[in-house]
Amino acid sequence: MSDDLSVGVDLVDIAEVARSVKRFGDRYLRRVFTEHEIACCQGPPDVAAASLAARFAAKEATLKVLAPADARPDWRSIEVVRLPTGACKLRLRGAAARLAIERGLGPFALSMTHEAGLAAAVVVSGSAPGVDGQPTMEAPRG
Amino acid sequence: MREQIRQVIAEHARLSTPIEVLGDEGDLFAAGMTSHASVNVMLALEDTFEVEFPEAMLRKSTFANVASIEAALCELTVSV
Repeated sequence: MSDDLSVGVDLVDIAEVARSVKRFGDRYLRRVFTEHEIACCQGPPDVAAASLAARFAAKEATLKVLAPADARPDWRSIEVVRLPTGACKLRLRGAAARLAIERGLGPFALSMTHEAGLAAAVVVSGSAPGVDGQPTMEAPRG
Repeated sequence: MREQIRQVIAEHARLSTPIEVLGDEGDLFAAGMTSHASVNVMLALEDTFEVEFPEAMLRKSTFANVASIEAALCELTVSV
C-alpha cells in the first residue's frame, strides 16, 4: 500500500434523523439511502434512526475522503453494505466510484458506532487499487 | 420567494446563527447548517415550491445561501 492515507470522520445527531423520517418519511429514505440500507435499518423507530444515522455519517465521512470540488455524488452512490457476518463495508457506484478512481483512492475501511444520541463513522482510504479491502466499485455506464 | 426560502431555512437548517441576521449571500454552512440539515432543507423546499432538485443541482454551492437557493428554484420553476 502507498504511504498516503486519507481519512474522513462524521458525527450525526440520531434525533435529527428520526425527525427527518417522521417529517419526510419514505421520500427522505429513498433520496438518501439504498434499498439495501433501508432493509438493514428496520425495527423500532429509535433503533432504525440510530442505524440510519450511522450510515449517513459513513456517507459523509466518505465524501470527506473523496473531496468533491462542488458537485456532490448522489447519497445513494455511497452504500454501506452489511455482509452476512454482520460486518459492514463500502460500495461505491456512479459519481462516487468515478471520483475514487480519478483520485486513485482505495482500499477503503469503514467503522461506525452510535451511543448517547450520536452516531459516528470513520472512513480511511489508501491509494493502491487492487489489494484486499478494495471497495466494490461499479463502473458507471454511459 | 425569498421569504418562503428563509422560512424553510429557519425551520429546517438548524443554524447556530439565526437566519434573521444573515444576508441573502450569508453562508449557511458557515452559520451551522450540517450536510444532514441541508437534506431536510432540500426536501422542504421541494414541498414548498412543488419542484424536485435533480442530481446535477446537488451541489454545496446550490444550498450555500438564500440567493443561490433562489437562483436554483427560479431555474427549476422556469424549466417546468
